[in-house]
Amino acid sequence: MTATTASPQPAAPRSDRSDEVRKALRTVDTGRRRKDRAMQVVVYVAFALAVIPLISVAWTVLSNGIERFDWYFLTHSMRGVFGGMDAGGIYHAIVGTFEITLGATIISVPIGILTAIYLVEYGRGSLARSVTFFVDVMTGIPSIVAGLFAYALFAVFFGPGISMGIMGSIALSVLMIPVVVRSTEEMLKLVPNELREASYALGVPKWLTIVKVVLRTATAGIVTGVMLAVARVIGETAPLLITVGVIDSINFNLFDGRMMTLPVYVYRQYSQGYVPCNDASAVCIPEINFDRAWAAALTLILIVMVLNILARLVSRYFSPKIR
Amino acid sequence: MAQRIDVKDLNIFYSDFLAVEDVSMAIEPKSVTAFIGPSGCGKSTFLRTLNRMHEVIPGARVEGTVAMEGVDLYGDDVDPVAVRRQVGMVFQRPNPFPTMSIEENVLAGVRLVNKKISKSDAADLVEESLRHANLWEEVKDRLAKPGSGLSGGQQQRLCIARAIAVRPQVLLMDEPCSALDPISTLAIEDLITELKQDYTICIVTHNMQQAARVSDRTGFFNIAGTGKPGKLIEMDDTGVMFSSPSEQATEDYISGRFG
Repeated sequence: MTATTASPQPAAPRSDRSDEVRKALRTVDTGRRRKDRAMQVVVYVAFALAVIPLISVAWTVLSNGIERFDWYFLTHSMRGVFGGMDAGGIYHAIVGTFEITLGATIISVPIGILTAIYLVEYGRGSLARSVTFFVDVMTGIPSIVAGLFAYALFAVFFGPGISMGIMGSIALSVLMIPVVVRSTEEMLKLVPNELREASYALGVPKWLTIVKVVLRTATAGIVTGVMLAVARVIGETAPLLITVGVIDSINFNLFDGRMMTLPVYVYRQYSQGYVPCNDASAVCIPEINFDRAWAAALTLILIVMVLNILARLVSRYFSPKIR
Repeated sequence: MAQRIDVKDLNIFYSDFLAVEDVSMAIEPKSVTAFIGPSGCGKSTFLRTLNRMHEVIPGARVEGTVAMEGVDLYGDDVDPVAVRRQVGMVFQRPNPFPTMSIEENVLAGVRLVNKKISKSDAADLVEESLRHANLWEEVKDRLAKPGSGLSGGQQQRLCIARAIAVRPQVLLMDEPCSALDPISTLAIEDLITELKQDYTICIVTHNMQQAARVSDRTGFFNIAGTGKPGKLIEMDDTGVMFSSPSEQATEDYISGRFG
């Protein structure tokens, strides 16, 4: 039908039927066109509304933070800094954030991926259902509760008042594991069953099929999922405040003493507020604490951004190619 | 190469559901055996029991024996992984591994089980398998390119190359041409005829002409109704089956007059 109408046919006598068809094809449904327009406007407005806060946050952080954001700020700690001194930086907080988040990732990723493998490849019946249920429950745990859990766990062994970087890692991993399980599970489910069967049919045992075919095919998605989980926990403040505490100097040891982290640093600086400048002889900046908080927030955003770009590169490298 | 398979009193279940009932047959070495029959009659299910792929589905099990050279494939001391290395399989839809190159796909059966293979041996195996699958001339200049970049027919031949690179005794094919155009189908049919010199081949097909063209023996499966088990109605030399089958049901199906 369409082929005959599309090709330039000689004006042969047509039946009434084809006249009807031609008329039907040219009918314009104005009602639907109006609805289409209206929905288009709604979608664009919704998009604009969603983007406004994003741009606003990015702009506020950038404009407020860029002033103090320099090499000195990135490479110095707060040791010996007091009052309105034009000094101090976030080196100690960057170290803490990196170590604690890395620790949380090292704990969460194996547990999360193995759980997801169990759920997708092995889990049947009530055990699998209850694991899924508890993972869902874990997703909803408030972060402060995760912090209290880690603190309570270590207080049992080391007594009250204990503070270590690894406690923060454990608190964060409680938040991170369900996210890793969920995203990995979805990615493993996306691997076509045909690939598993193809592998079995070649005489490859199940565990090698999972490691070398299923996980390998899903690597790109798993990396993205892990990255999202990292981004989810790297900005956590409350659990770290409880478990890792606050400190002004650099501590590289994850297993001994307090550490500073970027979100806690931001909170700490902001809560200290304006500095009263009475001594006219010394350099004193009243709003120094706010400036440091904004610059630290900018750093945190930049770190998350860089991690995201890295994850994209990794997942592009691992994703299946066509040519 | 190529061994005889004897199936005796085989019942195939999905949990409690009897899918295929009481199949007994002999599959001759170095020949092509075709299974035909309407959709849902259990021919693919039966094919998958021949290399224990059936039990990959949870709850699936069999009763009876499938013996290869006298060894019951379902015996307690038989490892399904070992069975699948002897009995290879090609699926309905071409399924090359998307993360692997053409070369890696051919070597998958070796590499995935962590077997050591020297570079020159690997290159020889790739060339030999691809030549056997009539694909070598088309891909020899782009072995490092992804397997999913090939056309459907080429992908299916790549899957055949991958299956024979493991050097199985038997090759099972589950409607290998149903997703392919006539030219690729012809290429695969020619290939089947060549492969039968070295391998025992079982093929499930919906295409009666194909069964008549490539197979030496044909088995006809049928099903009495929904929910009933599929049965092997009759099995004979292909020429006999297509000219003078002994069962009315077979003749009806082959001539297109089935219910």
